[in-house]
Amino acid sequence: MTEASPIAAASPAAFDVQRVREDFPALHQDVHGKPLVYLDSAATSLKPQSVIDAVTEVYARDCSNIHRAVHLLSQRATARFEESREKVRAFVNAAKKSEVVFTRGTTEAINLVAHSWGRAHLREGDEVLVTELEHHSNIVPWQILCQQTGATLVVVPMTDRGEVLREAFEEQLTERTRFVAMAHVSNALGSVLPVAELIALAHDRGAVVLLDGAQAMSHVDVDVQALDCDFYAFSGHKLYGPTGIGALYGKEQLLEGMPPYQGGGDMIRSVTFEETLYNELPYKFEAGTPNIAGAIGLGAAIDYFASFDMQAVHAHENAVLRYATDALEAVPGVRLVGTAPGKVAVLSFLMDAAHPHDIGTIVDSEGVAIRTGHHCAQPVMEHFDIAATARASLGIYNTTDDIDALVGALRKVQELFG
Amino acid sequence: MDLRELYQEVILDHGKHPRNHRFPEPHNREGRGYNPLCGDKITLRLQLDGDKITDVGFIGQGCAISQASCSTMTEAIKGKTLPEVQALFSKFHTMVTSDEGADDLDALGKLAVFAGVREFPMRVKCATLGWHTLNQALDDESGEATTE
Repeated sequence: MTEASPIAAASPAAFDVQRVREDFPALHQDVHGKPLVYLDSAATSLKPQSVIDAVTEVYARDCSNIHRAVHLLSQRATARFEESREKVRAFVNAAKKSEVVFTRGTTEAINLVAHSWGRAHLREGDEVLVTELEHHSNIVPWQILCQQTGATLVVVPMTDRGEVLREAFEEQLTERTRFVAMAHVSNALGSVLPVAELIALAHDRGAVVLLDGAQAMSHVDVDVQALDCDFYAFSGHKLYGPTGIGALYGKEQLLEGMPPYQGGGDMIRSVTFEETLYNELPYKFEAGTPNIAGAIGLGAAIDYFASFDMQAVHAHENAVLRYATDALEAVPGVRLVGTAPGKVAVLSFLMDAAHPHDIGTIVDSEGVAIRTGHHCAQPVMEHFDIAATARASLGIYNTTDDIDALVGALRKVQELFG
Repeated sequence: MDLRELYQEVILDHGKHPRNHRFPEPHNREGRGYNPLCGDKITLRLQLDGDKITDVGFIGQGCAISQASCSTMTEAIKGKTLPEVQALFSKFHTMVTSDEGADDLDALGKLAVFAGVREFPMRVKCATLGWHTLNQALDDESGEATTE
């Protein structure tokens, strides 16, 4: 199959996508009588067998609560849970394990910061900066926070290609900017923001910066110390891990100064009715029994993903993206939305012949899974004066054959709607 | 699952060329429908005289199913009384959500082309958006104020 593809020829030894595909059991099934072509990894990536096994083993063998009991099962589960935290730390290159807080995902990580840092620090007249291409989860928590504190939400506009430019960012940055919340990679368009540069500008003004890394973790290198971001939020399920688990990285000094997000078990050192002493980092922010199996599954996902040469993974995905860009542009009546230079893994598009929802149903009947809708980024849709797009998005396992299948399915759309 | 069952010629035709795609004058009721999942939008206006819908039209944006459903609905309800319209909606709703409505297809006339929707649960909301907008317009007493 791939012998004929330019991808295999470009990097023969470094990355064997057919072997990768063997690791993902969900790929090997028929839908509507056709082999599954999965092009929806920006919504959630499929899971390799090693992640599925790791989660199963937690329940089959090490099933117990953590940080509590003295019995062996709890010791094993606690050890594996904390090993996962170390894997996350190493993967994003945080300085300390205590700077990694497990959350339900990106959304909860952002809400944690908005709730805890935001309420403690924002005052009337302060400004919170977001960009026009944010996912709703990096807009709404800040809107709520602004309503509660009297601060103002300020939006950095994007270009018609879907870029956030330094000049536009600088224009909105003022001495009143206290906080910047922005995507590392756009979920709707695939644009990669020049975050290192923007973070430096924000820091010059004394602002604190959070990056929404949900779409970035599996497509670009993330080094929180090199980026110098203050917070970094991401989800496990877009990184080949389970749903319901993610993490917040935060600089120790900031996390230390923040009040707890939720109160409950595990986040305390001692409790009386008069006073509660909070636990040390990161446990101060992990109230209640966490998603133990999820965290251990995330650790397995990082083990799996990090076992590849990252440059080879990115090169493979970018080659498929270029092939897909050319292939879609060659289909009459197809228009790509979001054409930022250097974008990754996402192809949002429209067809003259049919509405995205109809495209989605028709290509599904051909076995091709894509996403249709506003992708939880309605301001992005508004920018382009559209209600929705069809979106094909890539993962480590996608090939140019998958793109050929998509293009074939789009021809069915044209036949039907022609 | 046959796509032609869903995308019948009538649906493709009404999707491309929606009928009554205009606001009737005069009108005394208005409803606005929105599907937040896919962004489909419909604004429906109608003239209710006594309990009879004497004119109806809509402007909308969305997928072929939602726009064709609203288009065929406006054709079906024009000149009908409220009890007749409610009976039609009830039959239509049953048809697109369960197999029980299969016997009633004759009573639905052209609307029966949407029978294939029940095989596509994700699209039921598309097919019923126009009808929900109609119900909203009929419930909306304040709609009378929009007579121009």
